[in-house]
Amino acid sequence: MSKKLETAHAGTLESSDAFVRVIPMDEKGIVIELESSVEEIYGDAIRALILETAKAMNVDGIKLLVQDKGALDYVIKARVQTAILRASGDVKPDWSVLS
Amino acid sequence: MKQKLRRSMLFVPGSNTGMVCNAFIYKPDTVMFDLEDSVALSEKDSARMMVFHALQHFTYKNIETAVRVNPLNSPFGLLDLEAVIRAGVDIIRLPKTDTVDDVLEMEQEIADIENRLGHGKKTMLLAAIESALGVVNAVDIARCSKRLMGIALGAEDFVRDLHTQRTKEGNELMAARNQILLAARAAKIGAFDSVFSDVKDKEGFMHEVEYIKGLGFDGKSLINPTQIPWLHNAFAPSKKDINWAIEVLEAAKDAKERGLGVISLDGKMVDAPVILRAEWIMDLARASGVLGEDQ
Repeated sequence: MSKKLETAHAGTLESSDAFVRVIPMDEKGIVIELESSVEEIYGDAIRALILETAKAMNVDGIKLLVQDKGALDYVIKARVQTAILRASGDVKPDWSVLS
Repeated sequence: MKQKLRRSMLFVPGSNTGMVCNAFIYKPDTVMFDLEDSVALSEKDSARMMVFHALQHFTYKNIETAVRVNPLNSPFGLLDLEAVIRAGVDIIRLPKTDTVDDVLEMEQEIADIENRLGHGKKTMLLAAIESALGVVNAVDIARCSKRLMGIALGAEDFVRDLHTQRTKEGNELMAARNQILLAARAAKIGAFDSVFSDVKDKEGFMHEVEYIKGLGFDGKSLINPTQIPWLHNAFAPSKKDINWAIEVLEAAKDAKERGLGVISLDGKMVDAPVILRAEWIMDLARASGVLGEDQ
């Protein structure tokens, strides 16, 4: 994804959901800040999932702020993907990289 | 061919994460994710993405799934189709079906996507009839596509089109229900009734269910899981029906074992439609919990 990213968000703070904010950074890399109700048990796994999801979309130079309220993996993935697509202004996603 | 049970089709707003994740727990016959009217314009993209992933999750592998997509003439319809067909949905619910062309256009778009994906799945179609024009055209609509597994009444929009409102008696829906049912039966596809919106009114709901069951509908759309057991109980066959079905199937089995071409029960001929009816009653009895799965 070579487009310039804007700040964007997706999701809610309701139980079983996650709220994801995308903030573009000047430097390269993907920074993840996670708050999770299940941080102690699943924190590392959730961070790995967020990173893998963002990398698959070929983004760089972003900070992902994720507030997880006990969401299933696919919910976190869907929220991260939606937030990144919104940040890129991409309305026709490449579904083959989102599975 | 054996018919699939579709007594309950539970609407699940695609933007409601809790419901999307948990709807399978309530065991409706079909989970119907909604990307249309229950989803705000600003959340169309996020609901589509959520449903795309839910459809692929193992919790929805053993339950029939449908998605009510946005109309093709909106900016969202084709995007919805691309996502949910790729994710393997079983049925596309086509909203606001007024004419045969509406179905054929949707059928063509689905076929194009399936061909491009090459995944070999043939997605079914459910046409929702929600206007006077749709009801008038119901017979042609029901017969126009091999993908159509049924037609459904969308009562809320329909009564608006009639310039009236829904009542407990349902007289305003009488003509539409009869027309949709006849059209579906003539085309040998399913007929599905509209939602009953007042979740607290069990008596009113049961009255409506008995009525549409008596007319011959296969099932009903629901907006609340509370209504699922009520609906399934209402569709459960009676003990008399089950005993009759058991006798028919035993007579059929006996005739087969003895190599007899003609099956008779109490001096009456039993033909293929009667056997199918008996199997249908047994399926209903098992699905309703009246009989065990192994009976």
